[in-house]
Amino acid sequence: MFAYYLELALRSLKRSRGLTVLMVLAVGFGVAASMTTYSVFRAVSGDPIPWKSSKLFVPQIDMWGPKGRSNNNEPPEAMDYTDAMALQRAHRAKLQSAMYQVSPSVVPAGAGKHPINVSGHAVYSEFFPMLDVPFRYGSGWGADADTQRAAVVVISHKLNEKLFGGANSVGRSISIEGKDYRVVGVLDDWNPQPRFYDVVNTGGFSSGNEDVFLPFERAIDVGMPNDGNTNCSEVPAESGFVGLQRSSCVWIAYMVELDDAAAASAYRHYLDGYAQDQQRAGRFGWAPNNRLRNLPDWLDAEHVVPSDTKVSLLVALGLLVVCLVNTAGLLLAKFLRRSSEIGVRRALGAQRSAIYAQFLTEAGIIGLAGGVLGLALTGAGVASVSWVLPKDIAALARLDVPLLLLTLLVATAATLLAGLYPTFRASRVQPAWQLKSN
Amino acid sequence: MQIKPILAALKRHKAGTVLIALQIALTLAIVCNALIIIRQRTEHLSRPTGMIETDLLTVANRWVGVDEKATPSLGKTDLEALRGMPGVVDATYANSYPLRGGGWSTSVNITPEKKKEMAHTTLYFSDDHALATMGLKLVGGRNFRPDEIDWVDPKAFDTTPVVIVSKALADKLYPDGSALGKVLYHSGATKPSTIIGIVERLQVPWTGTWAGNFAENAILIPRLLTGNFGSYLVRTQPGQLERLTKAAPALLFKTNRMRVIPDERGVRTFAQVREQAYKSDRGMAVLMGVVCAVLLAITAAGIVGLTSFWVGQRRKQIGVRRALGATRHDILSYFLTENLLIGAGGVIVGAVLAIGMNLWLVSHFEMERLSLLYVAAGVVALLLLGQGAVLAPAMKASRVPPVEATRSV
Repeated sequence: MFAYYLELALRSLKRSRGLTVLMVLAVGFGVAASMTTYSVFRAVSGDPIPWKSSKLFVPQIDMWGPKGRSNNNEPPEAMDYTDAMALQRAHRAKLQSAMYQVSPSVVPAGAGKHPINVSGHAVYSEFFPMLDVPFRYGSGWGADADTQRAAVVVISHKLNEKLFGGANSVGRSISIEGKDYRVVGVLDDWNPQPRFYDVVNTGGFSSGNEDVFLPFERAIDVGMPNDGNTNCSEVPAESGFVGLQRSSCVWIAYMVELDDAAAASAYRHYLDGYAQDQQRAGRFGWAPNNRLRNLPDWLDAEHVVPSDTKVSLLVALGLLVVCLVNTAGLLLAKFLRRSSEIGVRRALGAQRSAIYAQFLTEAGIIGLAGGVLGLALTGAGVASVSWVLPKDIAALARLDVPLLLLTLLVATAATLLAGLYPTFRASRVQPAWQLKSN
Repeated sequence: MQIKPILAALKRHKAGTVLIALQIALTLAIVCNALIIIRQRTEHLSRPTGMIETDLLTVANRWVGVDEKATPSLGKTDLEALRGMPGVVDATYANSYPLRGGGWSTSVNITPEKKKEMAHTTLYFSDDHALATMGLKLVGGRNFRPDEIDWVDPKAFDTTPVVIVSKALADKLYPDGSALGKVLYHSGATKPSTIIGIVERLQVPWTGTWAGNFAENAILIPRLLTGNFGSYLVRTQPGQLERLTKAAPALLFKTNRMRVIPDERGVRTFAQVREQAYKSDRGMAVLMGVVCAVLLAITAAGIVGLTSFWVGQRRKQIGVRRALGATRHDILSYFLTENLLIGAGGVIVGAVLAIGMNLWLVSHFEMERLSLLYVAAGVVALLLLGQGAVLAPAMKASRVPPVEATRSV
């Protein structure tokens, strides 16, 4: 029976070619616009560490007080040195790490080579297990290397490629800012987007590489300056990097792992207790105003998803709705014009369900054809987003099998939906009335 | 033209009428909001920076493996080398420049009270060559003297005795136009800075909406920042820009190799800076423009399609009307009026939708309020679009011969 409806539908579509083309075009454009913008939205709103994001938390401490707060009473987004070190020493979470962005120079072996500039982070040993960082060779360093301020380094495999030709370089040494560091680990491919562990400095998305990770206290010791943002509520009393450490300027990102709600509430309690201690000690002249957000909430609060991508997705969905209303109107006219044909079929004993099947098949074919056109247009759209969006974000949008299937599915489902009312009207045609009027 | 019979006829096509009206309404709502986005994004594209943007080269420089304390002497050597190049008019070193994207912003006041911020501003740290290199127009006062220039650690910078400000900031601080010679306090400092010069215009490094309310508030500070990152600005003689795009970085590497000039965005002419700064704004405007065009095209095509159907359906009735004495013009205006009625219904709903959608967008995103002028323009445009779309099927209808009345289906 389906084959018969298919044939009927194709015949009907052929009869009014212009209209068919128009409907297919509308569905195709609507779906392509939505899918292209969705591919970007999906890329930027994805969870960078889905298996663990609800266990990762970002603490915020209000060390600036009321005068430094933003409009909605939020404490600073990052931490100053004093408080980050206090949290690190207290060690109340299962895993935790303070971190700051560095951009040291690395001198490749061999005479006459230019020093190269790399970026990375100074972190604690627990950074690697906390974020499930994958290693190609070796591993992170141990807790003792943190306290001993050991000259060890974890490098990306890209840097390993550049310096050691991709060989297992664990145990070998590289020169960073003129000092030798022993390589303890080489990372596997690891480029989480958004760069969730340090959103404040990267703005979420970064096309740059993270090439080196060094022990935090080692980096402080050798005076490796921070390369990220520094926000101050007042000018530091002393100059230089040491002055920065003694100031209330915020420049350190902090992340903790808390495995359940009890641990999270205990940590929250600890933060409040810490702020109260500071208040008693006279350092804070205000009541505790801390925050402890899990990663998804933190990314949301930091507005990591650019509003441009949201607005374009909304507008594109609006376009899709208009295209569907358009299709519904045209299908309605088309179906009702065949009232007499429907009347004859019904008079000859066709059930209403048969009419439904016949007309929904027709709508489905249009949807499918629109979907195929939409696929091609989505491909073109995804390829050209770099023209419209910043490079860091455009690079994340890609066309993959799920997106392809989704395009076809959305096109067909949406067109069937648009065809429902016209089909309903077609099924209500009174056979007697139609036959009589002829 | 009688409207009653048209309404009576439309009642028999309720669903089709409602769908077309709905489509017009949604199209109007989306197009109005897309237009606002386009306007918001393109309004700044042509904003002047206050600099002479031709023959200007920017070179981002990062010292590597160099002690921060050594950067002043290295910087001086670089500047001397650049200024001595053939084809170079002048050169300067700065923490940032207009449209660069990153820079220093702070609060400013005319009293030392910390609490109240009179205005927000950007700080440009540069020297006495900044005005000549950037091509800024001094409208009052004087340039910095060489003896007023010094190097300072950015993390310990407090304030300077003298500053040059943009006219926009001067007028904001001293609305009576008496800013020259008066003082300002920035960054919550307690020591005053005297305004010794006013430049006609100087834009901030940012193009985003957040910097919109202080887009032309700038203070030039007679200090060069130590630290390993900054930008050289080079003004070239006419016709020398292209050559210096290669020659200037080559010379810098020859002067000292302990530096990185990024491959990407390291060396840019100011035309490139401008293009890249506004890329996403232009992109968003293009995207919205494409969406508008597709929407209008689909709506127009939809009207053509549906009206054609109606005309086909009513051939016999049209024939009867013609046989009873209706002129071609009567038939034509019947369909035009019908479309106008549907369109009117659509745009009324659409205007309400457009405003509602805009209010929602304003509360959720950095959007501007929709001015009624845009809605009015959209209404007229959509009604005209409808009339234009319906014209072809209506003409076809008007050509139906009266003899059609005598034919059975």
